[in-house]
Amino acid sequence: MSRFLSVLVHGFWKDLPPFRLVLGLCPALAVTASANNGMGMGLSVTFVLIFSNLTISLLRNIIPDKVRIASYIVIIATLVVLVEMLLQAYFFGLSQQLGIYIPLIVVNCIILGRAEAFASRNPAFLSAVDGFSVGLGFTLSLTVVGSIREILGTGTWFGIPLTGPDFEPFAFMVKAPGAFICLGLILGLMNAYGRWRGENIIQ
Amino acid sequence: MDLILLAISAIFVNNILLAQYLGNCPFLGVSKKLSTSLGMGVAVIFVATLASIFTWLVYHYVLVPLELKYIQTLIFILIIASLVQFVEIFLKKFSKALYNALGIYLPLITTNCAVMGIALLNIKHEFGFWEMVVFSISSAAGFTLAILLFASIRERLFISHVPQFMKGSAIALVTAGIMSLSFMGFSGMVN
Repeated sequence: MSRFLSVLVHGFWKDLPPFRLVLGLCPALAVTASANNGMGMGLSVTFVLIFSNLTISLLRNIIPDKVRIASYIVIIATLVVLVEMLLQAYFFGLSQQLGIYIPLIVVNCIILGRAEAFASRNPAFLSAVDGFSVGLGFTLSLTVVGSIREILGTGTWFGIPLTGPDFEPFAFMVKAPGAFICLGLILGLMNAYGRWRGENIIQ
Repeated sequence: MDLILLAISAIFVNNILLAQYLGNCPFLGVSKKLSTSLGMGVAVIFVATLASIFTWLVYHYVLVPLELKYIQTLIFILIIASLVQFVEIFLKKFSKALYNALGIYLPLITTNCAVMGIALLNIKHEFGFWEMVVFSISSAAGFTLAILLFASIRERLFISHVPQFMKGSAIALVTAGIMSLSFMGFSGMVN
């Protein structure tokens, strides 16, 4: 039971992507110009992560060791195609905004990383829980980064105007440099907080 | 003339790393030394160009006629993964020197979003064959340029006094942001 709880919560701080596990940076930078896009991407990754972890864990004794990475990629790619179609069918606007970053979930290192590090050696239910935890952690991070960039860059939050007309938004935040600098500063702050709690710094 | 403009825009203006955010994992991961980033850069140019040609041909001559466009993601990643494997075996057999130089970077390239990203962008922009070749080579060259510049900065960064909590990836990301800012200056070059 304690194992279950520790797996359930580890994605929210201990292995919080993309900050604590420095993986999956491309979507974290690319789609976080608004909170809405960040959350959409996060939820898509969560969906893929839960089902890829579940499938890989169920098949872990069947897949030969030598071709395991290739097999994982096929499983992940199939799920990504599924997400692509679901988004196009039910969230067309979002799928247009996320563009090529949706098919690029295939090469998101978090998913392959969890498959290799967790799902390939743990039972199915626990692996799905791991996918859920890491996925929600990723969604949370992306939503926070997206909110910061959207509020500072355009003065809105989830499209709702937040700041008054006196606020001059700095457009720099919604462009590429803002993404890098924002993510770097958040990572630095999290390191400072982690060190204050007496943990090792992720470099 | 259009092809030259396309190349300049892909290398500088729409730099794949600093403007399109693709390939950031190797960008931060293997940019600690200049020599390793050169190896990675050359490997990416090589694989990205080959992969783009293959995926473009398969897309236009297999997927479109058969109306299987919707599985392009699956097909593309399979092509890239098997291509990387093939290149690795080929180099091991025929060019020991090149294999020793690039070998360790090749497996990493399968999950490099720059390679997959270039292949997808070729389709998205609806390029013809030669446009696709020029775009792929120059995008990958843009990646190499950025990672080389970044590695030289990072070698200096290593000996400078950075606050403890900003060390490593944090300061690297901020540095990349400033580089990206300076690359934005190129955007006046091509309209």
